[in-house]
Amino acid sequence: MKQQIVVSGIGGQGVLFVTRILAEAAIEMGMEVLTSETHGMAMRGGTVISHVKVGPFTSPLIREGQADIGLFLHAGNLEVHRGFLKPEGLIYVNRDKGGDKEAIDATRIAREHGSLVVANLVLLGFTVRRGDLFCDAAAIEAVLKRISPEKQLAGNLEGFRLGLASR
Amino acid sequence: MIDHAEQRVLMGNEAIGRGLVEEGCTLAAAYPGTPASEILSSVVAFAKETGVALHAEWSVNEKVACETALANSMAGRRSAVAMKQVGLNVAADPFTRATYLGVKGGFILIAADDPGPHSSQTEQDSRLFAHFAKAPVFDPSSPREAREMVAEAFALSEKYEIPVILRPTTRVCHARQNVACHAPAPLKQKANFAKNPGRWVATPQFLTGLHRLLNEKLDRIAEETAFAPVLTPGDGLHPKICIVASGVAYAHASELLETLGPDGKIDLYQVRLACPLHQPFIGEIREHYEKVLVLEETDAVIEMQLGPGGVNGRGSGDVPRQGELTPDIIEAILRKFLDLPAAPAAMAAKKGIRPSLCAGCGHRAAFYAIRETFPKGIFPSDIGCYTLGMNFGAVDTCHCMGACIGQGAGFYHAYAAGGADFPTIVVTVGDSTFFHAGIPGLINAVFQGARFILVILDNATTAMTGHQPTPQLGVRADGSEGRKVFIPDLVRACGVRHLREIDPYDVEAFTAALKEADGFIRSPEGDIAVLIAGHACIVNRAARKAQAVFVMSITDDCIGCRACIDTFECPAILFDEAENRARIDQNRCIGCGVCVHVCPASAIQADGGKP
Repeated sequence: MKQQIVVSGIGGQGVLFVTRILAEAAIEMGMEVLTSETHGMAMRGGTVISHVKVGPFTSPLIREGQADIGLFLHAGNLEVHRGFLKPEGLIYVNRDKGGDKEAIDATRIAREHGSLVVANLVLLGFTVRRGDLFCDAAAIEAVLKRISPEKQLAGNLEGFRLGLASR
Repeated sequence: MIDHAEQRVLMGNEAIGRGLVEEGCTLAAAYPGTPASEILSSVVAFAKETGVALHAEWSVNEKVACETALANSMAGRRSAVAMKQVGLNVAADPFTRATYLGVKGGFILIAADDPGPHSSQTEQDSRLFAHFAKAPVFDPSSPREAREMVAEAFALSEKYEIPVILRPTTRVCHARQNVACHAPAPLKQKANFAKNPGRWVATPQFLTGLHRLLNEKLDRIAEETAFAPVLTPGDGLHPKICIVASGVAYAHASELLETLGPDGKIDLYQVRLACPLHQPFIGEIREHYEKVLVLEETDAVIEMQLGPGGVNGRGSGDVPRQGELTPDIIEAILRKFLDLPAAPAAMAAKKGIRPSLCAGCGHRAAFYAIRETFPKGIFPSDIGCYTLGMNFGAVDTCHCMGACIGQGAGFYHAYAAGGADFPTIVVTVGDSTFFHAGIPGLINAVFQGARFILVILDNATTAMTGHQPTPQLGVRADGSEGRKVFIPDLVRACGVRHLREIDPYDVEAFTAALKEADGFIRSPEGDIAVLIAGHACIVNRAARKAQAVFVMSITDDCIGCRACIDTFECPAILFDEAENRARIDQNRCIGCGVCVHVCPASAIQADGGKP
């Protein structure tokens, strides 16, 4: 099993947390994993991207046109990072309108749930639900239970499950 | 299958921190800087978790960190110092002498390079610095290898009594990988400083001898078979060509060759110790291969040691001489080298959103007041989140840590020499940067009679690198309490007589203080005026909870002039092109209320104000 995933967003949306969850989920499933993250200045509201490579890879970066799946926390980034996806690559996007099968208004769902910060987990749940990720919901929940700070665990799980249950 | 019990997903910097703790490091010192910042915090976390009693500190700058760690090594104990590549410029003075004098306890200097650069003021190659300083340098290609090299570097350092550099790059520091974790070795090295003035004081008469000894050490290291480049053999169908690669460029090349199928089955060497290059390897390469491609970041360090001519690399124009070697760039180089058709060109992508100060950031309020008060001012600034003040015209220069204060003085002398009039110069520096390298500049500026306004943007943290505490906070790296060192005391001790402390959220009071300061620097007895703009970083949840929250809105009085967008650049104020008016993005607004000052039509309203 080999899978290449990009997680795209803007600084502050929790791209790094989603990246870490996916990496930990790979370990949970007994797979090799390599990721690459954006730190530093760009985290102040700039465009950020993480690469997640599950399986026997040596390079932490994904080349143009090689990603199997893209999680877009910020719809505007489609124009910036879509090029990482294979032509047949799957895109899951947080978008307030559109309604195509791959989009979900994770920001609205998270806000209604009472915590904007879990929009990233709503999108992750939505993506897991579609069944194309290397890992299943149980693996993600196990990771969330392991790495969430105590105070945020309930909210994180709820956010993830809201995404999982959507449509 | 992976052994679950031992495997953890670690970032490269965490893997290095874990390695230091497991390998018996007794003192680790660092100054934060991307991409190296997480190394020291990992040392602290893993030492706590495994019950190891070591000393870990956020030093005030890299020079001090290096000197502190060197003394621990002189006392016979394993030591490490971590910094970003430009931090090594600051630590250059103690480090270059340390190779001559050597060390006792294993000593590793971790210099994290940033090809690209992604978050740095240069993309210099610390391996080239290692060559200049005559230190061996390891070049890891992954987090796991960085962890392994910590053990190798300590052993090498102790065997030859030489300081060793570990040089990861951003793509190693900020990669995550499953890494095996073990229990730390028990700390056995008791402090034992053996006096030896001919070595530790080393006046010039001793130095030729020490230099000879250093050269001999390097010659012997270059012969060690343990550091011979590692060959992944091809299928033998391309016997006369090979690739020599190091660092993450090796990781990219290795994966790319695999994707090329039979065409990619050529000999691939990984150089792990980039300097000194294994001496027998140089002869072997020349003897066995007709075509050699060298892939390394960021300068031609291996290429240089292989000797002039005869290889494909930077010298021959086959490898770009600047910028990061991304997998896409390396693919193009490989295809050309192997006479394969070029890959289809990537589709043009739009540029992303540029970073910006957070909604509610106190720096924005200060910058707004500075630029509005002195529209013709000159604004030297420095390194930190606040460099983003350049987005709205409040930052004119950014050079290196602490430079803004020397620059402020230099601009004053440039204009005022011979008694000419001078523009108001407002220098902005962060609290951590002021501690790092601002103090000597301030003493000098006062003594040399410069006249400018220094605004210390005090957000009570080192924000951009992940919120490391400053000496004023009174919290050490391990969470223990330290004696606070106060910025106002330091400012006064530098000879400054005009000092005010104001919260920049109070735009009127801050503006008044700026005008008063301008009066002072222009008065007959005036010199430097210092304003400490104190407002805690709003990313700090406790600080944010303590401040008043307003409900912000933009009324129909909005005339669509975009002043709030262009002069304030708050990410929570959006421009609705269809309606030709500004709107508040309630998802991002934190209700600081500062923006009411920026609307010429008074259309921005703040309601409430309850903390």
